[in-house]
Amino acid sequence: MVNTLPALVIIVPLLAALVVAAAGFINKRACFPIAVGALSVSFLGAAALLVRVVNTGVAIEYRFAGWAAPMGIVYVIDHLSALVLVVITAVALVNLVSSKQTIDREFKDKEGAFLSLYVLFTAGLIGMTATGDAFNLYVLLEIASLSGYALIGLGKTRAPLATLNYLFLGTIGATFYLLGVGYLYIATGSLNMADLAAILPGMQNSGIVLFAFIIMLSGLFVKMALFPVHGWLPGAYSQSSSAAAGLIAPLTTKVTVYIMVRICLNLFSVDYTFHHLNAGDILVWVAIATIVFGSLSALAQTDYKKMLTYIIIAEVGYMVGGFFLGNRMGMSGAILHIVNDAVMTLCLFMAAGIFLWKTGTEERGDLKGLFGSMPFTMAGFVLAGLSIIGVPPTCGFFSKWYLVSGGIAAGQYAFVAALIFSSLINAVLFFRLFEISYFEPFADHHHGSDKSAGHGGAGAVIREAPMAMLVPFLFVSIMLLVLGIYSGRIVTNIIHFAIPAGVI
Amino acid sequence: MDFLTVLISRANYWAYIILMMIGLYAMIAKNNLVKKIVGMSIFQTAVILFYVSIGAKQGATIPILLHGHAPETGGNLAHAATGHGTAAVQAVNYINPLPHVLMLTAIVVGVATLGVALALAIKVYKEYGTLEENEINQRLRRG
Repeated sequence: MVNTLPALVIIVPLLAALVVAAAGFINKRACFPIAVGALSVSFLGAAALLVRVVNTGVAIEYRFAGWAAPMGIVYVIDHLSALVLVVITAVALVNLVSSKQTIDREFKDKEGAFLSLYVLFTAGLIGMTATGDAFNLYVLLEIASLSGYALIGLGKTRAPLATLNYLFLGTIGATFYLLGVGYLYIATGSLNMADLAAILPGMQNSGIVLFAFIIMLSGLFVKMALFPVHGWLPGAYSQSSSAAAGLIAPLTTKVTVYIMVRICLNLFSVDYTFHHLNAGDILVWVAIATIVFGSLSALAQTDYKKMLTYIIIAEVGYMVGGFFLGNRMGMSGAILHIVNDAVMTLCLFMAAGIFLWKTGTEERGDLKGLFGSMPFTMAGFVLAGLSIIGVPPTCGFFSKWYLVSGGIAAGQYAFVAALIFSSLINAVLFFRLFEISYFEPFADHHHGSDKSAGHGGAGAVIREAPMAMLVPFLFVSIMLLVLGIYSGRIVTNIIHFAIPAGVI
Repeated sequence: MDFLTVLISRANYWAYIILMMIGLYAMIAKNNLVKKIVGMSIFQTAVILFYVSIGAKQGATIPILLHGHAPETGGNLAHAATGHGTAAVQAVNYINPLPHVLMLTAIVVGVATLGVALALAIKVYKEYGTLEENEINQRLRRG
């Protein structure tokens, strides 16, 4: 059973996407349970794989149709991919459960199409994470991207235009990756990642391999919105519907960072990336620029969701910079931050969904008085904000701790400074939101009652978000604490094995 | 190798690079959204051409067995060369089919991307009544 799980975690959602699309025409009520069921199976499968890999310490390999590695396509689940699989499936499942009502309201008569795309997108990401074949990765990358474009395009009135820009840049990114795979194939005659990793160390001076490395990474940088090719992200994400944003924003950039880690560590090898090319020297500076730019732009936004999109860009800088520090601390921090940032971003976008549901806008000023009317939601929101800022014991603190220690160990003080600068900006951003929602009276009435507003006084009636949205949201915000408390264990039991032994 | 030899012996690479740059130029510089989409299509097709050209070989044919070959050698080129005398399959006589097969998938991806892009363009047209980017931007600024 466990040996077929690597295939099942992707095939179940892939087929379920088709079933959901068909069910949309027959009985719309059936769509949602099928989608939830498929993602639950995937999540349980991913969790079982993670437990198995951690217990045995050996990667699980699944051969499609029984063809062995260099000829056939294999799926390989090791510590790193099992961890990311669990994150993907958990985020997709929780967000889906919490957005039942928003999907019903925003996509009347289109639930089938929306849910089908939702599950297909998740299947694409799962496949990207699990696959051990460089070309298969491209196909799944495009499955995820295409369903992602459609999901975002279904959003607000300006969404189609923003999505079209995203589509152009996303296609450039994916095509660059494909071109890189082509050059690797010319040089080595193989597409299997493990096989490539065995061949490539013998041809480190080849110009073809160098070009493949550069063009593949450039493609991925476009896809993960690294400065200066980040332009598509804020428009696309801020125009998407709540349910789609809660799925795509936490996962797309993080999975792309995972692919980058995978390619640099397991395909081109640490020796090539860090010692032969010294790629870290330049890319840490690009990451620093990303962090500074993302943070400053976030400061300029008045729209809550748009602010979050720029925070995502800054966080991509954290992960890329941390990884290219090239030491064990920095890499651990980057991989831990893939997990933590996915959960934090999910939490913030779920909060955005709840605010939109209750107030109808995403303007910063319309958060006034929400502490009084929605105390539980705001408690979760405060946790998420503290985690993004990096206050212990939330999980954001621990990954930042690893990143800062890694930066000091590598002597990259500019990176450390950028991290601290970005944390301070985040503190300004979120405390400004807390202040507006806690101290300022409710937007349209109760003008003279500053004292009572926000303290559950006579003016503020508790009107919480619906239970179906609130419970998953609180669950995610408590997960921020749980992940923080267990982050040491995650690093020693999982991430430690994901980084090659040669990295100190 | 002097410049001319490189230019001629790598003709397929030059062709794909030129096509790719045409596509990239259209995607970045054109004002009309449909022209941009056409540029995107050219851009993707250039990479398909690149893959197809690396599988080709001078004087070789498609990897289908002709009459006179021993049937048990099958398409398995690596093992077929030994032990079957004149009937053996020689890898040098056949083009490499793998890049071509990969491109079947890439063509499907390209068509799907084109479809999504056109659908989005229709939605943009319904929203703004035009596909010219500068006119859309004007409308956004006024609205």
